[in-house]
Amino acid sequence: MKNHVWRSLSLAIGLIAFGATLASAAQVEKFFDRHGNLVVQEKVERYKRRADEGTTFPVPPPPFSEGIFPCSDCHADMTPNPKRRELVEMHDDIVLEHAEGQRWCLDCHNLDDRDKLRLVSGELIPFTESYRLCGQCHGDKYRDWKVGIHGKRTGYWNGEKQYLLCANCHNPHSPRFKALKPLPPPVRPENLNRQGIAEGSEHN
Amino acid sequence: MSNKSQCDKHAFQQSRRKVLKGLAAGVGALALPAPNASASAWEAFFQKNFRELDRDELKQVLARLESEYSKEYGKDVTVKATLPIEGVKYGYGLDLSRCIGCRRCVYACVGENNQSREPQIHWIRVLQLNKEKGVALEYAEHYYNPEEVPVEGHFYMPVQCQQCENPPCTKVCPVQATWQENDGIVVVDYNWCIGCRYCMAACPYGARHFNWTKGKLPKEEMNPETHYLGNRPRPTGVVEKCTFCIQRTREQPGRYPACEEICPVGARKFGNLLDPKGEMRYLIENKRVFILKEDLNTQPKFFYFYAT
Amino acid sequence: MKNIWNFFKGTLVLTARGSTAYYCWVAGLIVLMVIGALTYLVQLNDGLIITNMRDQVSWGFYISNFTFLVGVAAAAVLLVIPAYVYNWKPIKEIALLGELLAVSAIVMCLLFVTVDIGRPDRFWHLIPFVGILNFPQSLLAWDVAVLNTYLVLNLTIAVYYLYNLYYRREPNKKFMTPLLLFSIPAAISIHTVTAFLYNGLGARPFWNASILAPRFLASAFCSGPAFMILVFLMIRRYTRFQIKDEAIQKIAELIAYAMFINLFLLGAEIFKEYYTGTIHLAPMQYLLQGLHGHSALVPWIWTAMLFNFSAFMIFLVPDTRRNNTTLVLGCVLIFIGVYIEKGMGLVIPGFVPDVLHEIYEYVPTGMEMALAIGIWATGLFVFTMLLRVAIPIMNGDFHVADDGVGFHIGDNMFFLRRADRDRLVADSDEEPATKSGKNV
Repeated sequence: MKNHVWRSLSLAIGLIAFGATLASAAQVEKFFDRHGNLVVQEKVERYKRRADEGTTFPVPPPPFSEGIFPCSDCHADMTPNPKRRELVEMHDDIVLEHAEGQRWCLDCHNLDDRDKLRLVSGELIPFTESYRLCGQCHGDKYRDWKVGIHGKRTGYWNGEKQYLLCANCHNPHSPRFKALKPLPPPVRPENLNRQGIAEGSEHN
Repeated sequence: MSNKSQCDKHAFQQSRRKVLKGLAAGVGALALPAPNASASAWEAFFQKNFRELDRDELKQVLARLESEYSKEYGKDVTVKATLPIEGVKYGYGLDLSRCIGCRRCVYACVGENNQSREPQIHWIRVLQLNKEKGVALEYAEHYYNPEEVPVEGHFYMPVQCQQCENPPCTKVCPVQATWQENDGIVVVDYNWCIGCRYCMAACPYGARHFNWTKGKLPKEEMNPETHYLGNRPRPTGVVEKCTFCIQRTREQPGRYPACEEICPVGARKFGNLLDPKGEMRYLIENKRVFILKEDLNTQPKFFYFYAT
Repeated sequence: MKNIWNFFKGTLVLTARGSTAYYCWVAGLIVLMVIGALTYLVQLNDGLIITNMRDQVSWGFYISNFTFLVGVAAAAVLLVIPAYVYNWKPIKEIALLGELLAVSAIVMCLLFVTVDIGRPDRFWHLIPFVGILNFPQSLLAWDVAVLNTYLVLNLTIAVYYLYNLYYRREPNKKFMTPLLLFSIPAAISIHTVTAFLYNGLGARPFWNASILAPRFLASAFCSGPAFMILVFLMIRRYTRFQIKDEAIQKIAELIAYAMFINLFLLGAEIFKEYYTGTIHLAPMQYLLQGLHGHSALVPWIWTAMLFNFSAFMIFLVPDTRRNNTTLVLGCVLIFIGVYIEKGMGLVIPGFVPDVLHEIYEYVPTGMEMALAIGIWATGLFVFTMLLRVAIPIMNGDFHVADDGVGFHIGDNMFFLRRADRDRLVADSDEEPATKSGKNV
């Protein structure tokens, strides 16, 4: 009996010790330096969770089609229909080209309050925070966007920044960036005449 | 070809007329201001190098230029000489995985920086490159003009002044008309440059451009917010280049360069390299980055990167 | 002071006299100079847009000519070295003519640079202390310094020597010899600095080869002396000045060595580029084979190669070297060959393809050529005037008169064949040459 107690006690101590080693192992990082030597050192937290996590960003109004918002203007009187289907009476101009096999309208739009978007967690968010919705899948882009690397950020480089919503550039229903007509190519040096005016064919 | 010879002939006739005009004006020191030239022409002739001007002289020079430009372009033109901001070193990022080669930046730059429209001067050259070849300039297409960009199988690389930390262009200038400012921007004093074009031979990026003749800049398109070392109208016979929109970026708060602001895909990034929390440092530390012609040790502050 | 004025007055009178051929030659040069000057006026008015230079090829025909002429100027040293270092008399007598050529070539160099810059009105920015000469950082500043030094040096030597001879004084050796010896490193430096000007640009792989400066010197030692030989043969034939065969032969021999080194270094460069076959081969390909259908320089460079090689053979074989006809042919071939190779053949491939690999095929415009011809005419005019004064002085035909104030001109006919001269002398009451022994 006593033996048993001792045994379990030592086991517990051993476990704690092991756990402690594990815990301390988590505080150590190993990598090879530029000379190929293994370096073991205490883990340095290089990127802390950003303080702006969960804060909102200065964005322009969402790019709604004319007269479409607030949605509740029409939807308030309608009985919500959660059945997955092809829309024919309204919104039939929307062609979903955004992982259409895996999702449909109500994955992002909220069934009961149409003026809000719905995160997977069930949290309802306004359209002006739609980046949180996009960020659920596109986490890497969301992270870059917040620091101004993904997408366009204007304003002042050393002052107030102006962000754009994902939806300002990407149509959420068909997000691939659309091709553009390029502006004219430069004048070829051989086509620049003595008055400095371009002549001859514009290209090739 | 026949078109060209015809043009040559026309040009020759024109030139003959001009010869006679020149002769009538008096053969001699045509290169110098005419004896009856206005006082300001002589002032311009004897103007010192920008870096040697004291505060009063600078004020006079700026006032002279402002009145000259205001008269010429029929609007209130300001010429600033804003100094570098302490603790700032500008850097630029360009996301090659985003750029679609639409050339919006090229023309936004022309508008902002008062480049000559005829002959055309572009500070930005967008290259269409082959995805199979990678960043291999020898396969670059400079004059692509399809209906739509991006073209399948290609990617795009805009090239402009790389604002080298070790600029080969300033070193070769025989009169110190071009130099690197404390904030890292390489500038030209258009009133000191003698137009020898040695810097153009030295630049590995084709970033420097010469005013081969008096440039045409339509009055209504002229941007009246100018900087002495930046976008003020340029005289004939001098070299000019990108200054990271010095007239915008040196202000507090400072706007982004025009090319950054226009980019429809947000491929262009700009900021202070010395700010550890800034976007430039983030992209350099977290993205795949390269600099153009790294082996030349020019140490560009223009970073091409791939966000994805 | 008065003596200088009298000397100057005398030279003015002297240069105004000469044979019909001399007058035609000078008049022709003046016409070309005027055409060049008028073209320059147009360029000043319109800007450099009248050339075919553009941002892609930002240096062209002007700078090509400049580069070649620096070589010609430097070559005067080839005459000075044996003349003064080894005290070899036959060349010593004619070394001065080499210095006069150097002066004329430098004048052309400075003119070519002047017409190439966009703001000639700001030339004063280059003057130290008045403007800002970026010395020692900029190789162009170095070039400004050495070219002007070289010009002043050669002009000083030549004028001092001729001035003393005119006043029938022995030039002071203590003054002359150091200057002459200094002119040797000075000549090498002008060409080395000009080579470094291109050499130091990492952006242009075609120039960024350490072999460039030696190549420059080797080719300069071909083109300059080749031109000198032609001038010597002319002088010997059309004036009373005597130049010994052995002097000309010695120069021809030196040309053969220099041309061998030149061809060898070129071969070394071509081997390196083609065998490694990096992307830096492109300019060499453009020059020798054409690149992507652009081949403006190809026929020219092969002409140059052919000329240089044939000339090398001519100068190598003693029989053809000694034969006057083949000697002249060889000199002409070398001069043209090096002009192509060290002119457009050196400058243009530095820009084609350009740094972003764009190919803009540069060919000078008519106006560029007119201006360049005008500058060549100016250089030849300067050289003619210098010879017009120097040769009679050295012959003893032009010196101060016995009263010590006026001048004596013993030979009114410059540029006349010996036979014609003899006939003229016999017909007229012109004073017979005092040193008739020299006039064989």
